[in-house]
Amino acid sequence: MRQLDLQSLLAAVDVPVDWVGIREVTETHSPRVVRDGVPQVNGCFTTQGLMVEVLTDGQFGYYGTPNMTDIGISDAAKKAYGQAKQAANHATYKFTDAARPANVGSYQSPFVKEIDTISPGELNKILLDAYTQLKVSNKIVSARALMQSIHTLSRFVSSNGSDITQDFLMMEFDLSATAADGANQQTRTFGGMRGTCRQMGMEFLDKWELLAIAQKIGEQAIELLDADECPTGEMDLVIASDQMMLQIHESVGHALEVDRILGDERNYAGWSFVNMDDFGKLQYGSKLMNITFDPTLSSEFASYGYDDGGLEATREYIIKNGVLLRGLGGMESQIRSGVPGVANFRASSWNRAPIDRMANINLEPGNSSFDEIIGSVENGVYMESNRSWSIDDYRNKFQFGCEYAKLIENGKMTKTLRNPNYRGISNPFWNSLKIVGDNDTFGIYGTPNCGKGEPNQVIRVGHASPVCMFENVQVFGGS
Amino acid sequence: MEKIFKELCAILFTELKNDELLTLSFSGENSQFIRINSASIRQIGLVDDATLGLKFIANKRTCEGSITVSGNKDVDMARGIAEVKRMRLESKDILEDPFLVLPTNAGSSREIKNSSSLPFDNAVDALLPAMQGVDLVGIFANGRMYRGNANSLGQQHWFETESHCLDYSLVTKEHQMVKGTYANTDWDQGAYESYIAHSIEKLELMNHKPVRVDPGMYRTWFEAGAVADFLDMFSWNGISEASLQQGCSGFGKMRHSDHRLSPKFTFSEDFSSGLVPKFNSNGEVAPESLPLISSGKLTNTLVSSRTAEEYGAQTNYAENGEELRSPHMSPGDLRTEDILNKLDEGLYLSNIHYLNWSDNPGGRITGLTRYACFWVEQGQIVAPIETMRFDDTFYRFFGSELESVGSSAEVIPDVLTYGQRNLGAITCPGILTKEFQLTL
Repeated sequence: MRQLDLQSLLAAVDVPVDWVGIREVTETHSPRVVRDGVPQVNGCFTTQGLMVEVLTDGQFGYYGTPNMTDIGISDAAKKAYGQAKQAANHATYKFTDAARPANVGSYQSPFVKEIDTISPGELNKILLDAYTQLKVSNKIVSARALMQSIHTLSRFVSSNGSDITQDFLMMEFDLSATAADGANQQTRTFGGMRGTCRQMGMEFLDKWELLAIAQKIGEQAIELLDADECPTGEMDLVIASDQMMLQIHESVGHALEVDRILGDERNYAGWSFVNMDDFGKLQYGSKLMNITFDPTLSSEFASYGYDDGGLEATREYIIKNGVLLRGLGGMESQIRSGVPGVANFRASSWNRAPIDRMANINLEPGNSSFDEIIGSVENGVYMESNRSWSIDDYRNKFQFGCEYAKLIENGKMTKTLRNPNYRGISNPFWNSLKIVGDNDTFGIYGTPNCGKGEPNQVIRVGHASPVCMFENVQVFGGS
Repeated sequence: MEKIFKELCAILFTELKNDELLTLSFSGENSQFIRINSASIRQIGLVDDATLGLKFIANKRTCEGSITVSGNKDVDMARGIAEVKRMRLESKDILEDPFLVLPTNAGSSREIKNSSSLPFDNAVDALLPAMQGVDLVGIFANGRMYRGNANSLGQQHWFETESHCLDYSLVTKEHQMVKGTYANTDWDQGAYESYIAHSIEKLELMNHKPVRVDPGMYRTWFEAGAVADFLDMFSWNGISEASLQQGCSGFGKMRHSDHRLSPKFTFSEDFSSGLVPKFNSNGEVAPESLPLISSGKLTNTLVSSRTAEEYGAQTNYAENGEELRSPHMSPGDLRTEDILNKLDEGLYLSNIHYLNWSDNPGGRITGLTRYACFWVEQGQIVAPIETMRFDDTFYRFFGSELESVGSSAEVIPDVLTYGQRNLGAITCPGILTKEFQLTL
């Protein structure tokens, strides 16, 4: 991808503002899907444009434009200025350019093999082979193999000296098999789109034993057809790391986004049960709960060097020994709230302004092996792979459904269970965390489609977690 | 935008070789977004955006792509030609597609709706005075939107409209909220101020101390906004024929066991409002009206041409994802002035939040109450309720437990702006159910 001479274009901007920044984004995503033995999508979709942002009289104004010429940028700066000017007397907060810290640097996501090292035809063949393995029986009524590469190149320059280039190569992959016997339908996946989404290259296809995994997924979909319904009651719950990621996302990540606490999101994503005076005091979870904002974990989906406001990204403890220490707020939120934050002022693309977004929010590993966790449970359920999620606008009352579960009896996993669900309230739930798994149970996941903001933005986030056990959780099955 | 689209069509169609087919789709906007918090400006800006989608068919293969349209003819032409060349190469390499949907020329259309809009430079002064003195948070989206489609056989469609929408919440000091959406095509300052004033009056009701209700079954009135959220779920593993065929639809019981909803429930896809184009991304034109559920019986599903090819069904020119584009639920006979008396004792839910299938084959949906939701006794609103989770199946609240349907249907605009501003609306009335299950 060719980039513009942004510094020259920045120098040519002629508007009477206190600060101006230009962020160029080019992103290409290439989905390929084989369902039921037939190609469904072979695509290559590219978006490219510029976000020109100005600050005048304490108010930022922006103009997102696909016109990447000098005239286009000059015109964009003038229009952004006009927007900021009309709003300046009515600003929620009067900012200075301290909200856009000056940094120079670059980030390159880790990968071994470029996208074009495997041809489209070879990729179709890999997905077709995976489909064949998924269809272990005629009761598999539909099966699908999916992969998507994403290449994002961004550059940010500003009048106070920022010049940041970041280059990301990412992969998403999933396998899915739906088994049906009359109205009884069960779907098993490789974790859905949240199962495999990482910063990596085509080497992903070498590292995983995809065909063996596909066969296991197909077999488990069939197994679920005849499985017992998940029992109903209050019991110990062991959660696999591919479900823990969404538990963290919904009941920790969003609740701690500082723009939510400041009320920006009350009309859409919602507010938070967390208040500003909770930072440094609130016992968010049990003492085993250690949550980090970690943009440095290699290959995690939302690793980066700088956020879209220019702030350098560093690893920080958000919750330590269960106590809330720090919010998920970029420079604007840190200035508005006075609460310590992180570099998470991020935009979905060139056509949206940055807001507070969680990035990599991880639960740090503990000391217990998987066998020790299961062995500690007298009566409980183990759940894997999310299939349903919902939480209220204060991030309190959640409910999750999973694809696959096992009954735990007297320290051993016994029967397979279908339609497992659980519900709870965030703060007491995290305080019921009793065991945190060790490094061997630690899984790195993420989600490509976290929605938030007005105008709406979908963004990529990463979550890594060990297997965990919570006690006295409301567990239930299907209809 | 239309001129740019037509120029690109002319250039790219001449790039084709024998037996190659190309369908182009266009989606663009010139939009203003004003984000508001505490009745002041949080963020403000403009976005120009346009995307050209390309669907290339050759050698029994289908390739898809898209480019951003910059407005610079030379740049856009180069991007488009490069994309056609890429797809031509790829079509020689990928798997054969046995369910090709070939373009046709079934006639062209052109629909341009001009409005008396609110100029971008005047928006703040027009919006803010009416909301002073209250805590208003939300988003104002304003401007023109464009959709186009053309194929190499000569068919061309163009749709262009202009609209504004202030989607907002009013918030009391005790964090109780009232939801409002002021949307139209022509800007009317008086009507806007009147709408906001009415919302502020409703906010007074929220000043009562909220009451806690226990999990359990309740008689419940759902306002149209809440019903629209339920109907929206039908676009996700719902009334799609492909979803039914692939075993991931909540409508399986209706298809396989002739399970029926209430005779009072009638639902269709209805394009007569003109809020969205009738053509889809293949350039196919949907019928003006398609009955989906008639008096509780599943009469049609949404069938795309590709699904029709794959499963031997009859296409009704649904979009490729078979989601609803212009849904309409028929009103019933419960008059607005009778709602509270008929409810007598129970829940009055204005809005619901964060819905998801909790048991898709069983039609069970979970979610939460949000905004102006009240406890009602003896036909009178007593107080707002604290947020509650529900988990119940549409086979009950649109079926066995559906007691009455409101007599007036409301237009609930689609306010989502993921990637671009959405077009369209759900038109539906409120409903009264004998039972509805709260769980947490």
